[in-house]
Amino acid sequence: MNYRMSKKGKLLIEILPDKCDFCGCCVGVCPEDAIELKEVAIEIIDDRCTNCSKCVWACPIDVIKFNKEGVLKSPATSYI
Amino acid sequence: MQKNDYDLIIVGAGPAGTTAARFAAEQGVSVLVLEKDRDVGYPVRCGEAIRRRGIEEFIEPDDKWICAYIDKFSMIAPNGVKSTIEYIEKALILERRIFDYELAKLASKAGAEIITRCYVNGLLLDNGKVTGVKYVQAGEEKTATAKIVIAADGVESRVGRWAGLETHTHIKNMESCVQVTASTPGIELDTCRFYFGKDIAPEGYLWIFPKGKDISNIGLGVSATMGKTTSALTYLNRFMENNFPNSSITSIVSGGVPCVTTLKKMTAPGIMLVGDAAHQVNPLSGGGITSGMVGGKLAGTIAGKSIKQNKPDLIYSYESEWHERMGKRHETYDRIKDGFYKFSDETFNNLAEMYNKLPYEKRTIGRLFTTALINKPSLLLDVAKVFIM
Repeated sequence: MNYRMSKKGKLLIEILPDKCDFCGCCVGVCPEDAIELKEVAIEIIDDRCTNCSKCVWACPIDVIKFNKEGVLKSPATSYI
Repeated sequence: MQKNDYDLIIVGAGPAGTTAARFAAEQGVSVLVLEKDRDVGYPVRCGEAIRRRGIEEFIEPDDKWICAYIDKFSMIAPNGVKSTIEYIEKALILERRIFDYELAKLASKAGAEIITRCYVNGLLLDNGKVTGVKYVQAGEEKTATAKIVIAADGVESRVGRWAGLETHTHIKNMESCVQVTASTPGIELDTCRFYFGKDIAPEGYLWIFPKGKDISNIGLGVSATMGKTTSALTYLNRFMENNFPNSSITSIVSGGVPCVTTLKKMTAPGIMLVGDAAHQVNPLSGGGITSGMVGGKLAGTIAGKSIKQNKPDLIYSYESEWHERMGKRHETYDRIKDGFYKFSDETFNNLAEMYNKLPYEKRTIGRLFTTALINKPSLLLDVAKVFIM
């Protein structure tokens, strides 16, 4: 499988961008400066993330998930 | 042709950023403000309540950005008992969209240039000194240089990190907040309500601030550590179901508030931090508009002076000026917060009951805290300091 890699093994943190309000709460608590937030776009900078999960806890609206299987490079979403 | 060399560049056009811009521009230095979003003042991530006295230093109150005038605060204990305080010195509920815009206009009038939809993604550094910013505008990578950069980039506070400052908020000090603007038939237009309790908003509080007739901002903040089990949104949904099951919700916003003492280091060579980015929020209330504007005024004034007099080291006086004006007080508020937010439901209930036994004319915020002391005498010294100041 083609998993995204964090600073510490497989990346286990996943942001669901379609549900994100882009408030920046997760960016504020991230000790590694591993989240990039533009106007209405957000992503994890894989090689900085340590899977510490602080962003998961801090998200006010449950949009960041801890995915213990690992995050795939191309998420298997089926919009078609 | 867009200029790319300024005396001062400010990242973020919230109240702190535009206030800094205005006080610097008034001294005749060239100022550029870069804002990530497409408009100033939007989206609004704020409860929008403010003390009238706090704002008058910066702008004349105007009905076009005031939604409601507040005469009373009501505190609701976990068992539902309400204690009401007459708030003689009025508080206001803002329309932040218009308010922020008015502040930006004042900065602009003073000569600052404000550009929206500019995403700052790095700093220009020369031997450790900040000399400008990298940004993206309409898909194009650009740079602009400046003698000083002021970071007013809010809770995210990334700009300061790039300059080597430790700006991230410890998880236990971050309040995860969510707010709806919703129909609230029958809610008083002159009263701010605050709800406490571990089932409502653990290590935080829930607010109802009236925005107009039968419409309110209903929001809450909980310590981000609570999110390990239950998110802020879950708490708010629960409250709405129990209290306003038929309310129609017009908007929902989330946000994070750093409720902690100000950063010890908010300057580095060529850079100053203001507002939420510097953790200038009142740690007890979570209110950050006025304190951010105070930070902006101090930083903007000092930056302007530093540039005019060609004295780069002048920016370091900002930390001590902030500490004198606000920082010391926030340290006290932070200690009170640690005591207050850890109160058990029973303590809150007792507090409300004792307070309501006081004759009506004696019910003041000071008295409320004095009553709280009976439950936690170690807060006495801290509370005394707040009310003596």
